[in-house]
Amino acid sequence: MIAVLAQLQIQERADSCVADDGICPGWIAENFDRYVAPFFQHVFLTLVSVAIGFAIAFALALVAHRRRWLVAPVVQVTGILYTLPSVAVFFLLLPITGRGNTTAIIALVAYTLLILFRNVITGLDGVPDEARDAGRGMGFTERQLLWRVELPLALPEIFAGLRIAVTSTVGLAALAFLAGAGGLGDALFDDYSFRSNVLVAGGLCVVLAAALDLAVLGVQRLLTPWAR
Amino acid sequence: MNTLTTAQSEGPSAFREAVPLEFREATKRYPGSEAAAVDRLSLEVPAGEICVLVGPSGSGKTTAMRMVNRMIDISDGDILVGGRSVRDRDPTELRREIGYVIQQIGLFPHETIRQNVATVPRLLGWDKARTSRRVDELLELVGLSREMAGRYPAQLSGGQRQRVGVARALAADPPVMLMDEPFGAIDPINRERLQTEFLRLQAEIRKTVVFVTHDIDEAIRMGDRIAILQEGGHLAQYSPPAELLMRPANAFVEDFVGADRALKRLALMRVGDVGLDPPGDACGPTVGADQSLRDAFSEMLAHGQQRARVLDADRRAIGVLTLGVIAEALREDRG
Repeated sequence: MIAVLAQLQIQERADSCVADDGICPGWIAENFDRYVAPFFQHVFLTLVSVAIGFAIAFALALVAHRRRWLVAPVVQVTGILYTLPSVAVFFLLLPITGRGNTTAIIALVAYTLLILFRNVITGLDGVPDEARDAGRGMGFTERQLLWRVELPLALPEIFAGLRIAVTSTVGLAALAFLAGAGGLGDALFDDYSFRSNVLVAGGLCVVLAAALDLAVLGVQRLLTPWAR
Repeated sequence: MNTLTTAQSEGPSAFREAVPLEFREATKRYPGSEAAAVDRLSLEVPAGEICVLVGPSGSGKTTAMRMVNRMIDISDGDILVGGRSVRDRDPTELRREIGYVIQQIGLFPHETIRQNVATVPRLLGWDKARTSRRVDELLELVGLSREMAGRYPAQLSGGQRQRVGVARALAADPPVMLMDEPFGAIDPINRERLQTEFLRLQAEIRKTVVFVTHDIDEAIRMGDRIAILQEGGHLAQYSPPAELLMRPANAFVEDFVGADRALKRLALMRVGDVGLDPPGDACGPTVGADQSLRDAFSEMLAHGQQRARVLDADRRAIGVLTLGVIAEALREDRG
């Protein structure tokens, strides 16, 4: 009897908490399910965008590495893409690519290019000249030198770029709902006056960014045992 | 498949025979510059000898060396390695047959010592077992313990890194080695040790070596023959160290070898090899028959004496060294 009464009291208090738009642990526990799908959509947008962005930036960097005159124009173009407000890009793309993942991913990819390109180039530039000279002198072809000496030595810098790209993309992907691509931003703006909702949606963004950052760092550690 | 046992029991026989090297009017001109960096350089290095290229900066010594493995392309003339023109060779293939050691050594920081040493064997497609045996053999040859094999270059001292650099250059047993100031970045005490070590190694492996340095003392110590280059890549003189010190070809060489060239010659002669006075009254310091005349002379000066007693390896007196004997030795040497 007493137990049931206590249960009711908690329920009541929880409900009043929701009515006040407060931070309600009970509500959060009960409604956590509804954040799962947006969370994974957010993960999807982030990983796909960074992966595509990395593929493009990496290819551009390899081309520009042996043709130095290309570095400045690539930095300028990707720099312009970087400064465009993401909201504007979403709305500019909407008539062309429509609502959905495609529009969001194009915009997010555009943001990663400058960071990733610059870091790959910086990494390759940081390779000690004597390692390069020794490699050539021992009979590496230019391709072997790139893949076996220059790129491995550029890894710390490349991974530093990936970490910045991943965390900033998690943040930007919170606006992807404007392009109709969902994600945690969708959940957040659904009821942004309800603090429980904002806390959970926003909190998951932070947790996601931190987790992905750690994951990238972990992979870097595995791949660069010599840098420890 | 008895490489390992053969190498351990017989040593030198496991190494491929060296080949002679010849510069034939080899010239390097850079576009936009009138003067040549290397000007019609002609010299022959017999198989198994160390040829030191020495000269001030701007004398083209490094350029001359780098033309051998086509790190720099020849503008005119030719270089023959084992009788074959390097100009007809594919550069990467040629480089895999020529050992290469540079001043900063250029070990790959991201590879272990084992992987570094295995670089050229891997490029040549050796199988794992053969490569691994070869690496063990080389680390032992240059005096590095096996536990070093798993370390990264950053975990080694300068001298150890230098030894790894030599081991790496020797990995595919090249008949010719190029060494560009290989001991330049090492402190003087360790440098001398590494020089001695390399000479001992060379006595065993007998490679044809082109050795670049700006240090005339190192040149005299290391070279079977020394090529002195002067500004503009002109060969001023090419001769064995003693000859160079005795008969400098021109004022440039005389100036470059220094005013103390008589002392430098003494460094090339051993006490036991000169005509000593018979052992007599005990006076003055004692010197070993194995010591250089220069060190013995210094010992005499340090004691304020004009004579020293000479002992052989068993510490038996075999004669007396005097200032007169030293002067006579220099005169005789001159021939």
